[in-house]
Amino acid sequence: MFCVPQMSQLSITNLRVSIGEQEIIRGLSLAIPKGEVHAIMGPNGSGKSTLAKVLAGHPDYKVTSGEILMDGENIMELAPDERARKGLFLAFQYPSEIPGVTIANFLRAAVQARMPEGEELEATDYYARLYEKMDLLEMDRSFTSRSVNEGFSGGEKKRNEILQLAMLEPKYAVLDETDSGLDIDALKVVAHGVNVMRGPGRGILVITHYQRLLDYIIPDHVHVMVQGRIVRSGGKELALELEEKGYESYEEVKTTAREPALA
Amino acid sequence: MVKEASPLEIERNVGNFAYPETHTHDAGVGLTEKTIHFISDIKEDPDWVREFRLKAYKTFLSKPMPTHWASKDLEAIVFDNIRYYLSGGTQPKRNWEDVPDDVKRTFERLGIPEQERKFLAGVEAQFDSEAVYSNIKKAVGEQGVIFVGSAEGLKNHPEIFRKWFGKVIPVGDNKFSALNSAVFSGGSFIYVPPGVKVKHPLQAYFRINAENFGQFERTLIICDEGSELTYMEGCTAPKFNTATLHSAVVELVAMKGAKLQYITVQNWSSNVFNLVTKRGIAHEDAEVKWIDCNIGSRLTMKYPGVIMKGRRARGEVLSIALAGDGQHQDTGAKMVHAADETTSNIISKSISIGQGRATYRGLVQIPKHLKNCKNNTECDALLINSTSRTDTYPAITVRGTGNSVQHEASVSQVSAEQIFYMQQRGLTEAQAMSLSVNGFVNDLVRQFPMEYSVELKRLIELEMEGSVG
Repeated sequence: MFCVPQMSQLSITNLRVSIGEQEIIRGLSLAIPKGEVHAIMGPNGSGKSTLAKVLAGHPDYKVTSGEILMDGENIMELAPDERARKGLFLAFQYPSEIPGVTIANFLRAAVQARMPEGEELEATDYYARLYEKMDLLEMDRSFTSRSVNEGFSGGEKKRNEILQLAMLEPKYAVLDETDSGLDIDALKVVAHGVNVMRGPGRGILVITHYQRLLDYIIPDHVHVMVQGRIVRSGGKELALELEEKGYESYEEVKTTAREPALA
Repeated sequence: MVKEASPLEIERNVGNFAYPETHTHDAGVGLTEKTIHFISDIKEDPDWVREFRLKAYKTFLSKPMPTHWASKDLEAIVFDNIRYYLSGGTQPKRNWEDVPDDVKRTFERLGIPEQERKFLAGVEAQFDSEAVYSNIKKAVGEQGVIFVGSAEGLKNHPEIFRKWFGKVIPVGDNKFSALNSAVFSGGSFIYVPPGVKVKHPLQAYFRINAENFGQFERTLIICDEGSELTYMEGCTAPKFNTATLHSAVVELVAMKGAKLQYITVQNWSSNVFNLVTKRGIAHEDAEVKWIDCNIGSRLTMKYPGVIMKGRRARGEVLSIALAGDGQHQDTGAKMVHAADETTSNIISKSISIGQGRATYRGLVQIPKHLKNCKNNTECDALLINSTSRTDTYPAITVRGTGNSVQHEASVSQVSAEQIFYMQQRGLTEAQAMSLSVNGFVNDLVRQFPMEYSVELKRLIELEMEGSVG
């Protein structure tokens, strides 16, 4: 693999993370350059979702060592909202409900938060863009006046995550189990929404348990995560292999305790 | 779409300023019969008002503080340290230009004349004890609408004033209604003739400027048959180190088929005891609606009520209370059903922040002999911190077989996951909090006139900014 300059990648080096006494991520290194889509696959409990939350700065997790650099800048000490405004986006596996706050107002506040002090978001421009992205995700306009995720079906919640991704145009997007709870039609729509977001200015990390999503969002690189480490990395064909053989052969790795393979 | 329009400039810091006092009439410190004669002399009260005051004073002395059920903090009020009457004159000006400069500056900083031009049908501005400015748009006045200070009301319109004054809220209703009856000054008198629908709201703005002062305005509003009115009041005071007392009495009368809506945005500074008695009578097919927002003060005790006296009368209380650190919002509603087919609705939302405490007290009465009466009560509390407190005391008495009540109560907390989710979208913790809180009150705020909902949203944001981090 050729060397990508630090300035245009999200890089994780020797990351160790605990919650309470338990170590969940045990020395993980990974680099996601702009322009690429990486997928992390792994069995339940391998630490995939923890990685997503740690990247976003969730306060419950303790990073014991390692570093996370975004475009060369250490973001470890930044609050979740500072990381977000610098261009990191997380599509949640279980998005929170915010009663009484409409999608339109929520996203508007989020877009406004990215604008320089004293500058006001132009309402007409905002709505034009919002409707354009909603059309892309085949979302009904009436969605804008519904409270964020309140009473949403699993599929509606995931679409809403991708809508926010599309509106906020982050530099790096982490999609945590975005396929869970989606039927095949919804999966195609969501995948299309993500594919439109692919481009040279954006790095995407897709976290999934199943290969299915990767039929529609075709990754440039696939990493296998087991027991808090990346145990193997490869091209898109690795996903197919995993689908066929499962994670069993990798899970033996835990007993050998060797250093994880670097991406 | 939210339009950013003419918010009322009553945010916390905007209100926190005071100009030197220049009062020409000062009743001095403490309360005796002499104080009452002093007030009556200055105001040139008719004899019946003077007697009314003196009798009320006796009632006030004989009533105990309601500390057996309410906050012990009431004991911090020292009646002997309060100044009961301060004014620069008793005649409100009709022209803004005629208002004394220092007072004018105060209200200009609060945005009063600006709002009048923009969306109000009339304005009264009270500075300490008396209205300094009172004006009603010509077109509204020509319809026969009377909008004057209470003193002018009792002098120039005794035939309407006397009929209802003290009838909705008797002097002895509680210790503070008795106190108000003894020393009242200022407040509005409004009469809307039959069938007149006042399109734009009338507004009163109450401002306390002096330290150690008690403001005791008295408002009486009568909507005659089939008429409609929206009245709004705003309140501010600068932050003094000593306790200030605001103890108003507001009486509303909605005659047959009338609709009367009374909106309050109270944003007193955190040294003010705000002990207010508010009640309305709704006659046949009439509607009395209280919209009550309590944001500031040290202790607010306020339970707007509606007596549904005629068939099919409706009563409604929509209230929002925000109890910040060191504040106690003890609010609620009273619904007295006194005729068949009457309906009442109470929606109360409270938010407690830090060591703040919100208390809901509700009283609903439907006696046995009535039929087809309905009450709906919803009270929701939101706790921001683990030290925040909320209490709910609903007292619902429904007798007979043909009546129905519904009561729902909830307590929720802004969850850490919810805040993390919003932060991940780029909002600061304070922004996330204030968005959550605004969401919590959103369905209520939507029923407010836009000028107030925008302002309320801003006030909540300001409160939340100081509460995290």
